Amino acid sequence: MAHSKWPVLILFLPPALLLFTVLVILPMGEAAWYSFYNWNGYGSPTQWIGWRNYQLIFRNGAFTQSIINNGLIVLISVLVQIPLALWLATMISSRIKGALFFRLIFFLPYVLADVAAGMIWRFVYDGDFGLVAGIWHFFGAEPPFWLADKDVAMYAILGVIVWKYFGFHMMLFIAGLQAIDKSVLEAADIDGATGFQKFRLVTLPLLGSTVRLSVFFGVVGSLQLFDMIMPLTGGGPSNSTQTMVTFLYNFGVTRMQVGFGSAVGVVLFVICVTLAFTYKRVFMRND
Amino acid sequence: MTEIATAQPIDASSAPSSGQRMRAGTKIYMYASLIIVAAIVIVPLISTALGGFKTLGDLRGNPFGLPDEWQWANYGDIITSQRYWLQMGNSLIIALLTVFLTLTFSGMAAFCFAHIRFFGANYLVNYFLIGLMFPAATAILPLYIRIRDLGLVDTYWGVVLPQVAFGMGASIMLFRNYFRNLPSELFDAAFVDGCGYMRFFWHVTIPLSRPIIATVGIISFVGSWNSYILPLIMLNSESRYPWPLGIMIYKGEFSTEWQLVLAFITLTILPTIIVFFLAQKHIIAGLTAGAVKS
Repeated sequence: MAHSKWPVLILFLPPALLLFTVLVILPMGEAAWYSFYNWNGYGSPTQWIGWRNYQLIFRNGAFTQSIINNGLIVLISVLVQIPLALWLATMISSRIKGALFFRLIFFLPYVLADVAAGMIWRFVYDGDFGLVAGIWHFFGAEPPFWLADKDVAMYAILGVIVWKYFGFHMMLFIAGLQAIDKSVLEAADIDGATGFQKFRLVTLPLLGSTVRLSVFFGVVGSLQLFDMIMPLTGGGPSNSTQTMVTFLYNFGVTRMQVGFGSAVGVVLFVICVTLAFTYKRVFMRND
Repeated sequence: MTEIATAQPIDASSAPSSGQRMRAGTKIYMYASLIIVAAIVIVPLISTALGGFKTLGDLRGNPFGLPDEWQWANYGDIITSQRYWLQMGNSLIIALLTVFLTLTFSGMAAFCFAHIRFFGANYLVNYFLIGLMFPAATAILPLYIRIRDLGLVDTYWGVVLPQVAFGMGASIMLFRNYFRNLPSELFDAAFVDGCGYMRFFWHVTIPLSRPIIATVGIISFVGSWNSYILPLIMLNSESRYPWPLGIMIYKGEFSTEWQLVLAFITLTILPTIIVFFLAQKHIIAGLTAGAVKS
């Protein structure tokens, strides 16, 4: 046969397949295996300790805190970020002058590296030199050190997260709004609906799939959050701002506790996969 | 901006598409809200850039305003330093290698999935989909050991290859969906003319796929340019550090001299901001459409 498909398959598939298998699938499998050992990463793992690593994880207060923090991030994304993004998206989609300019500005933080954003906000929150200090001085008050206060630091970080990511969610909503059939809104006009009624009864229900997508990205982003935390607090003070990935890094990687760190990775993996499946199945099955 | 907010006459041509006229009050409220949010976004960035021009004392007394005396040396010393250009160069090399490998490997694989029927194709697609479900961090320790055993620790490849591998799931999906939507008549015609798969890929698919190549390229470039955790774990020597690691090191060295740190941050994010404003349409479309479609 002149145009056999085999040469192309043999040439085109293996690079991707090999790289993906060796650097994604195998490491994940190995994480499951290493998680039953006490191992510092040198030689081969020999000291089998069964489920011990997993017991240690769930007994570790910092890990519990990291799960709570990951939950908080999702919560803030649903309660603050998405309403904010939707509100801005409706204004920008109403074809006012300068909409393009605002869209650009709001999206800007999303393109910046998490590390840079974290470092900028470390400056903003700095009690000696930062913007917050400037505002407090202006009112003649002693400036706070939010990032050093274990009761406040996480909330300060949540603020940075909203600052960094609302623009992305706003773009999702702008795209969602564009997809809405204008004739439906015109019909509502003819029926005498007010602006708010149109929004609540027509626009919002039609944006359902965008809202679900936006929440999904919020959850995924929360589970990966690491880069931004490191310049801000590194997980401290007293582990009050750990996320699951910073916990993995601080307790597994820096101490070269391969077994323990792998076990954290497996827990994270199970959470990711479970959430992805249930969310897709329960909330996004019609999308 | 305030000018526009207050002095805008209402006319039919600028009325919203819903057919209702926008009242002046609504307009003022909208502009006020948008400007406040824009200020919250912009002020930290501008203060960072201005802070780099101040002395430490000036920064303490006046974090918001213009510098008392412009300290050009803060920026000058960094921009003439070797470390700045070295880090930018490292980031660029890593990002370009990542983009190149991502495009070729996932483009080729996706072509097979889109145009060739073969046994197990669906299983393989689902296999790659697994990569979409968890972040690189979950397997970071075994990944490090694998890279170490391959002798790639502290090399560019030790960062590039895992980045390509973890981006593969999404890129293959994006490419495959795009390839499948190319008109199938093209393929039939080419086939009749005696064109094989390889030539079809080179002469038909690739030239028609510029938009998706741009999308995947932008996603992997931005991801690599901004990435922190993989270089942090895979690289040891400062001479190979990309800029996000460089910022952290710099902050460690000059911990309390915020004016220098701010100048350094500004210079490192400057390329991103310039490119973003130049190619904003493509970047916004690439990053959002890419996220949604994969």
